[in-house]
Parts: sequence; structure tokens; C-alpha cells
Amino acid sequence: MNGTPTPSAALPKPPRKLKHLLTLVLVILLLWGSAHRIEASFGRLFKGLPNMWDLIAEMFPPKWTYFDNVVQPMLDTIRMAIAGTTLGAIVAVPIAVLAASNMVRSPWIYQFFRIVLNLLRTVPDLLLAALFVAIFGLGMIPGILALAVFSVGLIAKLTYESLETIDRGPMEAMTSVGANKLQLILFSVVPQMIPYFISYVLYTLEINVRAAAVLGLVGAGGIGLYYEKTLGFLEYDKTNAIILFTLAIVLAVDYLSTKLREKLL
Amino acid sequence: MNRKRWVRWLIFAVIVLIYVWTFWGLPLSGIKETAGQITRSIFRGLFHPDWGYVYLPDGEDLLRGLLDTLAIAVLGTFISAILCVPFAFWASANRGKSRVHSGTGKVILSVVRTFPEIILALLFIKAVGPGSFAGALALGLHSIGMLGKLFAEEIENMDAGPTEALIATGASRMQILWFAILPQVLPGFLSYTLYRFELNVRSATILGIIGAGGIGTPLIFALNTRHWDRVGIILLGIIVTVTLIDLASGYFRRKLA
Repeated sequence: MNGTPTPSAALPKPPRKLKHLLTLVLVILLLWGSAHRIEASFGRLFKGLPNMWDLIAEMFPPKWTYFDNVVQPMLDTIRMAIAGTTLGAIVAVPIAVLAASNMVRSPWIYQFFRIVLNLLRTVPDLLLAALFVAIFGLGMIPGILALAVFSVGLIAKLTYESLETIDRGPMEAMTSVGANKLQLILFSVVPQMIPYFISYVLYTLEINVRAAAVLGLVGAGGIGLYYEKTLGFLEYDKTNAIILFTLAIVLAVDYLSTKLREKLL
Repeated sequence: MNRKRWVRWLIFAVIVLIYVWTFWGLPLSGIKETAGQITRSIFRGLFHPDWGYVYLPDGEDLLRGLLDTLAIAVLGTFISAILCVPFAFWASANRGKSRVHSGTGKVILSVVRTFPEIILALLFIKAVGPGSFAGALALGLHSIGMLGKLFAEEIENMDAGPTEALIATGASRMQILWFAILPQVLPGFLSYTLYRFELNVRSATILGIIGAGGIGTPLIFALNTRHWDRVGIILLGIIVTVTLIDLASGYFRRKLA
């Protein structure tokens, strides 16, 4: 009987209401403060709605003939995404190994790489692109580099997390027959990791195609430049054609990548 | 066995072709000669940031920019957390619904998700004028896509027991919603909302690049005018803010789970 608590005869106490009430008050204050700070109001929204409606009306019908002008930038967008993801994936491999606690003995090393990865993922890709454009000038190269840096953060994190959950059996078996570190990684870790790694790379590619579509807004190449161009000239029917084109490409890439990932895992 | 090898070679060939197409004629020229120098300047700016910009008594400074950014994220997240609920119930595939019914909901949510927030912000700027409000509306609309999907999954994973028990006692639809459905889904909803808030803080930092408010505006201005020490302090401000928000939100999400 030792250790089992005796059931009390009294009914369980109802949960405290005060805490919920205070949370609610806090959230309302936060919302009110935020709305006040950025001068948001229903009045402004309703005043803006007719404008919005005019805009949408002008977007239809989409100017389909504009496709011919944007096919090349759209292909560039996809190329940027593939190149950026690949570069990121290559750099992510050693970093993932160094950040996994079952690959590196010293907690100093893997904690350091984890902190670096966390910091890397706090900077949004468009911001990275703006920085790289300032460094390298306009074009696809800064876009590719921005996507690559962003991909390193994501792929390395996903990879080291699944690296830590691999089956230790093959590793122990190889150690017992006297394999060296390189053989250990090549023959017991890599075969287990490959499907996961490819799956993470494909997932990152999906995200990067979406990201690459807007990088042009800061001058980093691809279709994004044409959004600003057409909106600036008030050619909303052309903008709409680009939007629909982008949607179609992104959904197609998502679909293909999801199917491939289902096959892999 | 032979066929399997063929398939392997085919996959390999396709991948090689994709990479040849990707890297063929990639414009490697056109890189500014000053690239190395500017990189050094940016790093110098990061290590010797313009501390004076953190707080200026009159007008635009780092703290106010970050405050605007957070306000955009809070409001955007709130808008989407409210608006996505009906979509989530529409797209959830349980409670004896036809697959077409939930399928259309799911398609709509994934189209909304695909629409980049920065493009939405461009459109909202045309409607309500440049500024933070356009940014908050854009985030609010864009986030519906992801939150709606996550909420719908939460509804699908709900235990049917309490609902059936309440139906058996003759409860009204309102009572079922209030006493059986809400208590089950609310913790999950709140947790996902916090997660989306983390993402929205990141998104809000870039909205300023196109004039939709927040810290992005002074950042792009400092980049264009080559005030590298100011770029440094703004980047540090963004990294610190996003990290703190992630830590706080992660703490609350662990408490909810």
C-alpha cells in the first residue's frame, strides 16, 4: 500500500477562473495596444475596401498573353531555388554531423553549432537577399546565396535531429570489428540517413520555390521583379497573370515533391 | 533486377539533366568588385553597431521599429486565428462529412497558403495605403492558410466520445460546441496560434522592405544609404527580438501541451 495516495472523499476542485480571466485581459490589452500602435481601425479598413474591390475588378480578366514575357524569369526562379537548395544541402551535411550529440563527444562543439543554426534561422530569407544584393549587386547570385544560407539552417536542423535517433546497432557492430571513424560513418550512418536527408532537401526545395518567387522584390532575380513592375505601372491584369502562373508552379512543385517524399519514406 | 537498374539509371540521368539546366549559363559575371569590401563593412557594422540608434528621443528608432513589427505580428496573428476557425471546421474530414466537402476546404486553404504574404502586402498597400496596417492585414490573410490546416487536423484528431455523450443527453448544438468540442481543441488551437505568431514576427521584419511597416523600412533605407553600423544594429535587434519571442512562445507552448 505504500506509495499509493489515498483517494480523498471530496470532489475535485473546479479549475481556477481567475487565471483565465487575467490571461484574457492581458490578450485584449495586447491587441488594443497593437491596434493603437499601428493605427489599425475598422474605419480605415472599410474606407479601403472599395479601393481593394476596384483593384480586384481590374485584375480580371488576367492578361494571358503576358505569359510569354515571364516564362524566362519563372524558369530562372526555379533554377535559383534548385541551386540555392543544393548549395545549402552540401554545406548542411558537415554542420549537421557537428551538431548531433551522438556524433560529437564534446557538448561545447554541438551546442555551439546548434546556437549558430538557431541564429541563422532567425533571419528571414528576403532579408538575407537584401543583404546579399547590397554586397553583390542585382541578379540571381545574391538570390541563390540567400536561399543557400536559409537552406543550411533548415536542412542541418532537421538532419541532426533525425541523426540523433538512428539505430545504434550497425554502428556498434562495425566498431566491434574494428572499423575506423570514416568507415563507420560511410557504412552505418549514411545508409540510414539518406532517405531522410533527401526528403528534407525536397521539403526545403518546396519552401525555396515559394521564397524565390518574391526575392525579385529586393532585386535578387526571378519573377518577383515583375510583380513590382506591373503593379507600378498599374497593369493589374498582368499582375494577376503572374500571380496565377506562380500559384500553378508552386502547387505543381509541392505536389511532385510530396509524392516523391511519400515514396522515399 | 535488370529493370530496377534501368530505373535507377533513368533517375540518375534526370537528376543530372536538371542540374545541367540549372547551372548552365548561370550569370556568374556582374558581381561587383567591391563585394569583399562591402562584406567587411557589414561585419564591421555588426561588431561595431550604431548604439545611438537604439533609442532616439524624437521619432524613428530601433525600439519603435521593433515595437511596430511586434504589433503587426500580434494583430496579424489575431486576425487569422479568428478568421481561420470556420475554414478549419469546413476542411476537417470528420463528423460524417462527404470527402468533397472537406476536400474543397483543404484546396482553398492550400491556395491561400501558397499566396506569398509580401504580394498580399503589395495589394493591401494599394487598398489602405502604405504602412503597418497593410502589413497586419496581409499577415492576417496569409496565415489563415496554415492555421486553418493545422486547426482542421486538430479537429480531426478530436475524441468523439464527449460529443456523443452530450448528444445522448439531448444537448443543443451550441452546448455541444461549448462543452465537448471547445475544451478539446482549445489547447491545440492556442499552441498553433503561438507557433504562427513566431513565424509572423519573422515575416513582419521583412514587410517594411516594400513599405508595409515595421523594422524593414529603416533597414532597407540604411542598406541603400550604406550606413553599415546602422544595418548592424538593426540586424542585431531583429535577431535578439526573434530569439526572445521564440523562447517565450516555446515556454508557453510547452505549458499548453
